[in-house]
Amino acid sequence: MSLVLKNVSHEVGGQKYLDNVNLTLESGSFNVLLGRTLAGKTTLMRLMAGLEKPTSGQIFMNGHDVTGVAVQKRNVSMVYQQFINYPNLTVRENIASPLRLSKVSENEINKRVNETADMLQISQYLDRLPLELSGGQQQRTSMARALVKDASLILFDEPLVNLDYKLREELRSELRVLFAERKSIAVYATTEANEAMALGGITTLIHEGKILQSGVVNQVYRGPKNIEAAKLFCEPPINLIEGQITLDEVSFFDSVHFPLDEKLKDLPKRKFIFGVKPSHISLVPKNDDDLELPMKVELAEISGSETYLHVYNEQFSLILQLSGVLNYAIETPVNVYLPIHKLFVFDLDGLTIKVPTFDMENL
Amino acid sequence: MAEIHLKSLAHSYLKNPNGDSDYAIREMDHVWEDGGAYALLGPSGCGKSTLLNIISGLLEPSEGQVLFDGIEVNHIPPEDRNIAQVFQFPVIYDSMTVYDNLAFPLRNMKVPEVRVTSRVNEIAEALELTDVLKKKASNLSPDEKQKISMGRGLVRSDVSAILFDEPLTVIDPHLKWKLRRKLKQIHEQFDITMIYVTHDQLEASTFAEKIAVMYGGQIVQFGTPRELFERPNHAFVGYFIGSPGMNLVDVKRSDTGVRFNTTDVPLEPSLKSLLDSLTSSNVKLGIRPEFIHVWEKKTEGAFECSLDYVEDLGTYKILTLNLDEEIIKVRLDEDRAIPNGKIYISFPEQWLKIYVDEYLIEADVTPLNDSSEVKL
Repeated sequence: MSLVLKNVSHEVGGQKYLDNVNLTLESGSFNVLLGRTLAGKTTLMRLMAGLEKPTSGQIFMNGHDVTGVAVQKRNVSMVYQQFINYPNLTVRENIASPLRLSKVSENEINKRVNETADMLQISQYLDRLPLELSGGQQQRTSMARALVKDASLILFDEPLVNLDYKLREELRSELRVLFAERKSIAVYATTEANEAMALGGITTLIHEGKILQSGVVNQVYRGPKNIEAAKLFCEPPINLIEGQITLDEVSFFDSVHFPLDEKLKDLPKRKFIFGVKPSHISLVPKNDDDLELPMKVELAEISGSETYLHVYNEQFSLILQLSGVLNYAIETPVNVYLPIHKLFVFDLDGLTIKVPTFDMENL
Repeated sequence: MAEIHLKSLAHSYLKNPNGDSDYAIREMDHVWEDGGAYALLGPSGCGKSTLLNIISGLLEPSEGQVLFDGIEVNHIPPEDRNIAQVFQFPVIYDSMTVYDNLAFPLRNMKVPEVRVTSRVNEIAEALELTDVLKKKASNLSPDEKQKISMGRGLVRSDVSAILFDEPLTVIDPHLKWKLRRKLKQIHEQFDITMIYVTHDQLEASTFAEKIAVMYGGQIVQFGTPRELFERPNHAFVGYFIGSPGMNLVDVKRSDTGVRFNTTDVPLEPSLKSLLDSLTSSNVKLGIRPEFIHVWEKKTEGAFECSLDYVEDLGTYKILTLNLDEEIIKVRLDEDRAIPNGKIYISFPEQWLKIYVDEYLIEADVTPLNDSSEVKL
């Protein structure tokens, strides 16, 4: 089984929602669409499902052109942000509903509803109505309805966005287990880089209707093809500073200078944008070539187990991602250490010139 | 400004409550000190909205007292409590200018227009709204609208406390941290009691000096963000704070410490004797994924595990390990390689916690030094 999109574009009222999308999704693959709000994720999923027909381009399922085929004639299920259930039907009947439509025998329905409910840990609620359940249980019910039939394509449109983070953690790891053994193609849309990382599989970055990059998750994460991809796939956002390469050094805003290392010395002598991930900057020097920068604290955001330290000087600001809970009052002076060998380099058009080397063996 | 004291407070939505499970708020005694920045954190259904409504006066508690600076306010309606509230969605008059929105509460109180002007300007400056004062509120972005909602609470000099109920829900993710910073600055500048209700650990920990974690109608811990992380007082706090949360394993007492299946985990003698002095059989061992030590080789005191799963989260990896049939999650930095074959882990004494009937037991309590960095 495979789903292929070929030169797919979509316009509504003169506005371009998708611009020449080419993608191949393989049977049994878990595909994450990562993009900001209005990037085109939902439109792309609606075209994949057959809820809409693209303005131009073709969609192939197992080699057959299905571009104009309506959703009812494709074997697709979809889970939305909002928990959509039939309010007047019990959880059992909600889950059974797609099977009733396709006239499956009563025994088979019972068996599959029970299996699916077990998998999603909602067996004890089967006889309740959806509104008697918590948000997480309601969303599990709509997921169960999507999973109970053997759809060849299952689409998740930000399904966990309305749930609290602990439930999200749990459902995310359950999803991964659920799909590990399925033959169907799963597509999961999210706005969150960390969710995409946690889900794994194949990540496709989508920005302003265009596909920026697609590939195995940690290769895309560590090897963004351009600055937009690097920005999209980093949370907290990647730090970007414009710098000038001269004969033997790099300078940021005439105030920070450091010598060219092996990796940077063959670059042309002009301006570039330098990037460094928040987790790579630290409060203590870790390497001989770390660049010491005196900064001031703008805010310490604490996630529970991590601290995102926003710091600034007169020319630029940086974000650090640090492990543990650290208290820093606003305006506290701190020295931060930026590792030169972990710099990303982009040209002024945004194309990636260098990424930090990483050892694929360890991934 | 006011201290808010919840005295022997409990609430049930039922007429004749019978037993703990009939209470949305189980009996508690809790003080929000004057001028503090607090968060009330918990999952949905924990009772935090009920508690918020009791403080604001939308709900009268079925038992106990709500005291503002020592005076009972149980029967005082919300409009007479001098409490400002900021909700999930901005509550403003779209057709009015930003200036008129901010001036509205003062004009209602018949404050002279000269004082209205100076106060509105002061608040607008603090909230960085000066440039948009003349604009219609309807033309503003969600974060600006939410700042107006806050401003309408701040302009009144008689406000004793501001309650925030998930105020950043509608704010664009990229702007959230700026509003968090603004909130902190506003708190420092105006020195007003603020209580921030949320289910999000990031919102709570960034804003608050102290967080009350609610679970099952009770405040199970009231502590600094660092205390919640490093010394969770209740197993639920260990689970709820941190991603992933604390590893919690059901254990039994053994000769030297605790045991699960065939694995013995020795405890420091004073902790061991404290544990043995208690009778409950509900004993859990807790350790955070960040604090588990991973060894490349077989090491004295380390436990042998097999690797079930690796989650590469970019900046770090979460290893799911199987230790004697128990699932243990471990956090490894991006740069650290995953050992080949068997993995050996140990639990540093400082970070190994024991919970009896869900609550932390500690032999000797040393206070956290807030200025020191955590060695992970």
